Amino acid sequence: MLETIAYSILNGVLYGTLLFMMSSGLTLIFGMMGVLNFAHASFYMLGAYFAYTLGQATGFWVALFIAPILVGSVGAIVERYGLRRVHQFGHVPELLFTFGLAYVIEELVALFWGTVPVPYKMPDALNFTAFNLFGLDYSMFKVFILLVAVAMFVGLWVLLKKTRAGLVIQGSLSRPDMVGALGHNVPRVFMLVFAFGCALAGLGGVVGGIQFVTDPGMAFMMGPIVFVVVVLGGLGSVPGALVASLIIGILQTFFLSVNFSLAETIGTLGIEDSGFFGVLWHMEATRIAPVLPFLLLVLTLIFRPRGLFGKREA
Amino acid sequence: MATNTAVGKPSLLKLWPWVVIPIVAIILPHIFDSGHDINLMSHMSIAIIFALSYNMLLGNTGLLSFGHAVYFGLGAYVAMHVLRMVNEAGGEGLPLELIPLVGALAGMGFGIIFGAVSVRRAGVVFAMITLGVGALVHSSSLMFTDFFGGEAGLFGDRTYAPSMFGIDYGSSVSTYYLIVAWTLVAAILIYLLKKTPLGWMANAVRDNPERAQFVGYDPTFVRFFQFVLSALFAGLAGGLHVLSDEIVNDEVVGQIQSGAVLLGTYIGGIGYFVGPIVGASIVTILESSLSTYTDAWVLYFGLLFIGIVMFAPMGIVGVIHLQYLSWKAGGWKGNTGIRLYLLLAGLVGIFGLVCVIELSYHYFRSWDPSAPFGLMGFTVDATGAMPWLVSFAIAIAGFGAMLLHAKPMLARRTGAKTEGGKA
Amino acid sequence: MSTRNALELKGVKKNFGRAEIIRGVNLDIHEHEKHVIIGPNGAGKSTLFNLISGRLKVSEGSVKLFGKDIHNLPAHKVNRMGLSRSFQVTNLFQNMTVLQNLRCSLLWSEGHKYAFWKSVLKQDSVTERANELMERLNLTTQANTPAQLLTYAEQRSLEIGCTVASGAKVILLDEPTAGMSRTEANDVIQLIQRMTGENTLVVVEHDLNVVFELADRISVLVYGEIIATGTPEDIRNNAAVQEAYLGTEVH
Repeated sequence: MLETIAYSILNGVLYGTLLFMMSSGLTLIFGMMGVLNFAHASFYMLGAYFAYTLGQATGFWVALFIAPILVGSVGAIVERYGLRRVHQFGHVPELLFTFGLAYVIEELVALFWGTVPVPYKMPDALNFTAFNLFGLDYSMFKVFILLVAVAMFVGLWVLLKKTRAGLVIQGSLSRPDMVGALGHNVPRVFMLVFAFGCALAGLGGVVGGIQFVTDPGMAFMMGPIVFVVVVLGGLGSVPGALVASLIIGILQTFFLSVNFSLAETIGTLGIEDSGFFGVLWHMEATRIAPVLPFLLLVLTLIFRPRGLFGKREA
Repeated sequence: MATNTAVGKPSLLKLWPWVVIPIVAIILPHIFDSGHDINLMSHMSIAIIFALSYNMLLGNTGLLSFGHAVYFGLGAYVAMHVLRMVNEAGGEGLPLELIPLVGALAGMGFGIIFGAVSVRRAGVVFAMITLGVGALVHSSSLMFTDFFGGEAGLFGDRTYAPSMFGIDYGSSVSTYYLIVAWTLVAAILIYLLKKTPLGWMANAVRDNPERAQFVGYDPTFVRFFQFVLSALFAGLAGGLHVLSDEIVNDEVVGQIQSGAVLLGTYIGGIGYFVGPIVGASIVTILESSLSTYTDAWVLYFGLLFIGIVMFAPMGIVGVIHLQYLSWKAGGWKGNTGIRLYLLLAGLVGIFGLVCVIELSYHYFRSWDPSAPFGLMGFTVDATGAMPWLVSFAIAIAGFGAMLLHAKPMLARRTGAKTEGGKA
Repeated sequence: MSTRNALELKGVKKNFGRAEIIRGVNLDIHEHEKHVIIGPNGAGKSTLFNLISGRLKVSEGSVKLFGKDIHNLPAHKVNRMGLSRSFQVTNLFQNMTVLQNLRCSLLWSEGHKYAFWKSVLKQDSVTERANELMERLNLTTQANTPAQLLTYAEQRSLEIGCTVASGAKVILLDEPTAGMSRTEANDVIQLIQRMTGENTLVVVEHDLNVVFELADRISVLVYGEIIATGTPEDIRNNAAVQEAYLGTEVH
């Protein structure tokens, strides 16, 4: 049991850091622009595919830097020529625009790279065992992901707390209407924040695509979970996104790796494996895992719409 | 005062769609009589009810739902269980004609349960809760295999059930007529609901929930009632789905189904009663016919949807309606030619874009890109430069002419006219 | 004049975080009276209205409407107990026409609630009252104009009409003449007097000409406290008021 717990915490933290790479950008974009970017996970996917293709020409290390920049550029174009136009119609059309965009990006990715997973592999330099825990190998690449996430968090923190641009962003997180009054070019700030958020998701994709799988379905897999994270953390709150990412990451990994059901742990208590509660009683944890984030999402929205750390209600 | 009382009173002339549409619906199976076509028309009818019920939320109450398939799907499942009970009882029990009602009641029941937790807030919170509930129910459908039948789904037999009128539903035509009858009932009811105090206040709450409070209405309750009624009609559509397909699986509660109804409704136009009808019909036809011609149909859908959101948020019906109003007000005088030119240029541009997309799909996705393939009646080689150049040229010429020539010209002409009118 | 109190505020306090905006207001508003609340900017007049009408929750104290507690009730319940209000910023159903706005405002007070089995247009009493209100508002010619296309003064009139239409006995108007010219403001004052009749009226107002024309009694709110209540004459002669408020504006 101890092995399982330790191992699922390690893997959960890993998964959580990947979630944070996506959710931090999403929550920044929402906090500032009020746009819940449905296509955010699509930019994560683009990051993986760009890095895969670039990597074939330049190698992983160059791709690690170029791919997020490319994704950010795509984000900037989307904001400049799409979202900005829709912005005047209100928030619901914005949501719908990104909803449609997610479909289109998925199809385009399937068009250019095919519907089957591409062989996006970790670089040889990281392909060795970093340490061994309870007889299970923990690869250097996983350590590398953690390092990237930590670097990103530190970079983000410095950017938000120590730079002028960060002050503008922070200010606008609490009072979006005041940015313009202070003489900033609001559309430009919006575009840059959107591009930046997308680039963060792209960076997540560069490493996430290797850790998991790089196929056109990866956005659809990740998208809803990222929403859960930002809602749980509190829309617009970066520290909230971090904490919520880790919670969801650990919780889901834990449920996937342990093998228990209420019936096995507590005993059947004479409850038959039929009917709603009976089935639930005998359900193995691994089968509950996919439902868990959504249950959390709904419960959070009902009982605490501002999430764990949010200042404003969604 | 005389003008006031006349407002909104439906003149008999305005009732013509309610007469024409049923007649068309009755005649259609005699023209398109293949099993595939009749099936398609049944699906269209069901999609129309579903989209109309969806628009009770989005268009009338301003609630954007990402999980409306939950009520469609759960309605379908409950109706299917009842159909199976009837089957197992040796074809005795509830008449087939009333089984869709079971779906409606189930939809309403689940609407009450989930609606109670969803409607406290509108806007993004509502959208997220519906997304969450949708994902929750869809994931659960694979957990609780007793009720949902697992991945294979559940089967029933519509012919092995009693009929109130002694009709044999073995043929798909008679089932189609039953579905059309229910569609008409549902459409009329949804139309009438818009005219009731609840329907009016739904619009009021959509536009200004605060003001609605200060005339005595609780916005949460208005949203809740609309939500429950909408779920009822979604469940009815689900019940009809059971009759037409005789199978339900987890797809009916899934996110794709929820997304499709949103797409269809919005493409048609959420501000108009006929919007969802037009949108659902187009989406059903395109989905069925386009998918046999091209792999790219989901992409076309996505692009169409984005195009509508960006350039015509009032939807297809809205665009036609606005142009009609402008034409009636004489706004087309002297620039009808330019308008047609604009439309033509746009169509040419779309044609070019379609060529490019089709070429891309062949080039990237087929086993042998150099194999000749048919494009718009020509046989071309996608590895050669020529088809690409021509397609791009058509697309650029079309969109270029539309945006850089026709549009400014129309703007100049109409701008000059309104200024002249004022002077 | 009846001496029953329409509204009773006892020790009403409201704080946002550490900032106390309303610092213990005691105020009785008699039935049928026209009561005007004046005070310098930032005195908390709008906040006080929001507290009475249920738009904000009071932090401490009580608000009674005809002897019944209404603080901590949601706005729609307060409205159903006989209190309605207008807003400082025009707050209508912008996409609806004048007639539709009035009909919507009448539905609850005419007892139609959430009915989904009858047609709005067939409710003759609603139509009749809407037409009558429209005439009194001088908006009959604009019956089918969407609210957002009305002039500012017309929108304010319609808002007063909607407020009256909701069947309230106590009507709160938040700066009904804000942003209007002298003549427009006079028209609105006449309209208010015509429309509200026997109802109890509480108005927040800046324009002192308006205040003295309209008011039976005046209360002066300064920094979250009522420093004086009385007839226009009392207020004019009240030294504290002159110092705190009128002094700066009268000469």
